[in-house]
Amino acid sequence: MRQILTFSLLFSTIRLSTPLVLAAIGGLYSERSGVINIALEGLLLAGAFTAASVTYYAHSPWVGLGWAIVAGAAVAAIIAVACIRFKADQVVTGTGINILFIGLPAVLSGALFLSSGSTPQIPKENLLPDLAHLLPFLPSWRILTDVSIISVLALVVVFVTRYVLYHTPFGLRLRAVGENPEAADAAGVAVNRMRYVGVIMSGALAGIGGAYLSIGQSSLFTRNMAAGRGFIALAALIFGKWRPVQTMLACLLFGLADALTIQMQGVAKLPSGEDIPVQFIQMIPYVVTIIVLAGFIGQSRAPKALGTPYQKER
Amino acid sequence: MIKKCPVCERTYSDESISFCLADGALLSAPEKTDAAPTAVLPSSLRPTEQSKQPALTPTMTSLTPPEPVLPVGADKPPRLPRTNPLVNLGREILFPLIAVIAAFIVGGVVILIIGDSPIQTYKLLIGSAFSWPDGIGYTLFNATPLIFTGLAVAVAFRCGLLNIGAEGQLYVAAFAAAWVGFKFGAQDPGNNVITPFFHLPAIVLVPLCCIAAIAAGAIWGGIPGLLKAKFGSHEVINTIMLNFIAVALLSYFTQYHYKVPGDPIMQTTPISPSADLTHLGKFIPGLPARIPLNLAFLLAILACVLVYVFLWKTKWGYEMRATGANPSAAEYGGVSIRKQIILAMAISGGLAGMVGINEVLGYRHRYYDGFSANYGFVGIAVALLGRNHPVGVFLAAILFAILLRGGIFVDAFTMHVSKDIVDMLQGIVIVFVAAEAMFRGPLKQFGLFKKAKI
Repeated sequence: MRQILTFSLLFSTIRLSTPLVLAAIGGLYSERSGVINIALEGLLLAGAFTAASVTYYAHSPWVGLGWAIVAGAAVAAIIAVACIRFKADQVVTGTGINILFIGLPAVLSGALFLSSGSTPQIPKENLLPDLAHLLPFLPSWRILTDVSIISVLALVVVFVTRYVLYHTPFGLRLRAVGENPEAADAAGVAVNRMRYVGVIMSGALAGIGGAYLSIGQSSLFTRNMAAGRGFIALAALIFGKWRPVQTMLACLLFGLADALTIQMQGVAKLPSGEDIPVQFIQMIPYVVTIIVLAGFIGQSRAPKALGTPYQKER
Repeated sequence: MIKKCPVCERTYSDESISFCLADGALLSAPEKTDAAPTAVLPSSLRPTEQSKQPALTPTMTSLTPPEPVLPVGADKPPRLPRTNPLVNLGREILFPLIAVIAAFIVGGVVILIIGDSPIQTYKLLIGSAFSWPDGIGYTLFNATPLIFTGLAVAVAFRCGLLNIGAEGQLYVAAFAAAWVGFKFGAQDPGNNVITPFFHLPAIVLVPLCCIAAIAAGAIWGGIPGLLKAKFGSHEVINTIMLNFIAVALLSYFTQYHYKVPGDPIMQTTPISPSADLTHLGKFIPGLPARIPLNLAFLLAILACVLVYVFLWKTKWGYEMRATGANPSAAEYGGVSIRKQIILAMAISGGLAGMVGINEVLGYRHRYYDGFSANYGFVGIAVALLGRNHPVGVFLAAILFAILLRGGIFVDAFTMHVSKDIVDMLQGIVIVFVAAEAMFRGPLKQFGLFKKAKI
């Protein structure tokens, strides 16, 4: 047990939770405004691919990050137009986007880099830096060398979101259009405009999360590298009851489960001397979500108007 | 109150007139009302088209079945269709067709940007499927799982549910089929990983494996149905979660219990040779046995027929569609919504599970971790494109199978485009079909659908 509970577990939990937090908080903006965002997975992939290919050409992770945000927001804008303007089924549209972004990055990387599915390796100095790079005058403590700047950004995003959501007029309007669009409309809030903003913000944040996957955590884009993280983020959002801080804690929990599966491989043994099957640890986030949704551990109530397009009364 | 004829747009101010004097169509009030018309006409006076409405009255449980296709998500007030069935059929085909063409145009732009010729690429993508025997054989083989998952999603859709868990259901089912296949039949002499319980003959073992697949899929699909019926938790999230749980669970069973020791591939030991499903090459002259097209394809056609009969010719199917069209009206009519939800999800899961029959009994002869090429998700595209109707599902599955087959040739014979173009096109098709409202505006401008909304 002692082999497992180390600082490296802590740091790898932070590493693995970072993209989850960004995607989940992104999802929060969209879902709080009343639009289901199943496409977090696709948005992560869009961000990851854009970040990796732009960084490869521009030799700067910041340019890559910037374009990843743009790409995420652009894809989210497509979702928003389909779901809000044309009232398409939100889950179906999201599923389409997810499938699209299994194929599109592979097609593009096949054309750009002649290798279907992955982008070329990016040298280490062009990756998103850890904290020690920004604060070179401090000693190289592990907390500085092992934590990426994006992880800190994710933490900031959580608390900014909390402030925005509960203490600003924008947050009130966002929540209002997700809970009761008719009332919000009557109060003069432009329902669909708020929803566009919510969905596009979710794309931008998931884009950052994707960039972290490809040019923060690793150094290239590989086919389908999000590997279900978008769905885990969605699960965390539900587990966190659509609230920023709780959602972050849920992401940390799911990140811990992920970190444990990596650390425990070949290390931990059952009393009988057998390996603990990692598959059961992998299942934890999903099982927890089902239990929470069924209402066994506190009620998790979705925004009331989630999933229903808004039709102005004539 | 001024009434208006929906066909010729004459208006009538006389309250006592309820039919248009010119063409006999039922008049409607010009302003849009949310309530269904309250007046009930004697059936002899009712224009034939009127039966197109989802007229759900309290007596509906005793209804005689034949009654028309309900539009998806039709909990809107009944509208009077002014067209004959043939035109309706035309519309049903037109929008999916436009969506596919639009997707191909967008895909063509992408192909052009990355420096290949769209026409040549599409020629390869579509044309490769029509050669005999390989092209047609493999296309029909590829279509088989898509027909099953398409039907699975369609049945759930008809009940107002979205089953995005077909992926997990088909994995569980494939594993169940394989498990029965190696546990209940004699193994090859060289294989000593498994000691089978019985040595059943093929005539018993094959149906048993099929039943195991269907049952396992039905159970895995029934769980989210049960959760929705009992706790009201949304089936979309639960099916997504169950997809991941299924994959993890089966990877555990494969890795720790049923793998041939030392095998680097995550797959189980082979099933008993008596559980193999016959390849159609045996019956069709000219179709070589190496093409894995097997009896499961005929099973898929049978499933299409059965789903049609179930949904449109039985009371149960009627209740299911009524639940999907308007849950509160159905409940008022005496239908148990909860029962319908569980039943629809279980049937949907069972249909998805039949993929396991094709994959395990007809093709790989073992459970192979991660075999599905997103069949469950593509099933959503198939169902949407096929308008949730078995005939449409069949045609849409063939279309996607053509693309899957063509993808291999695109990979080999174009400069830059890879077979991933198929995933991309599938994704775009889904988005376009979902957002088909975007095509209505332009079509209206061309005067194709002047008044009638679809």
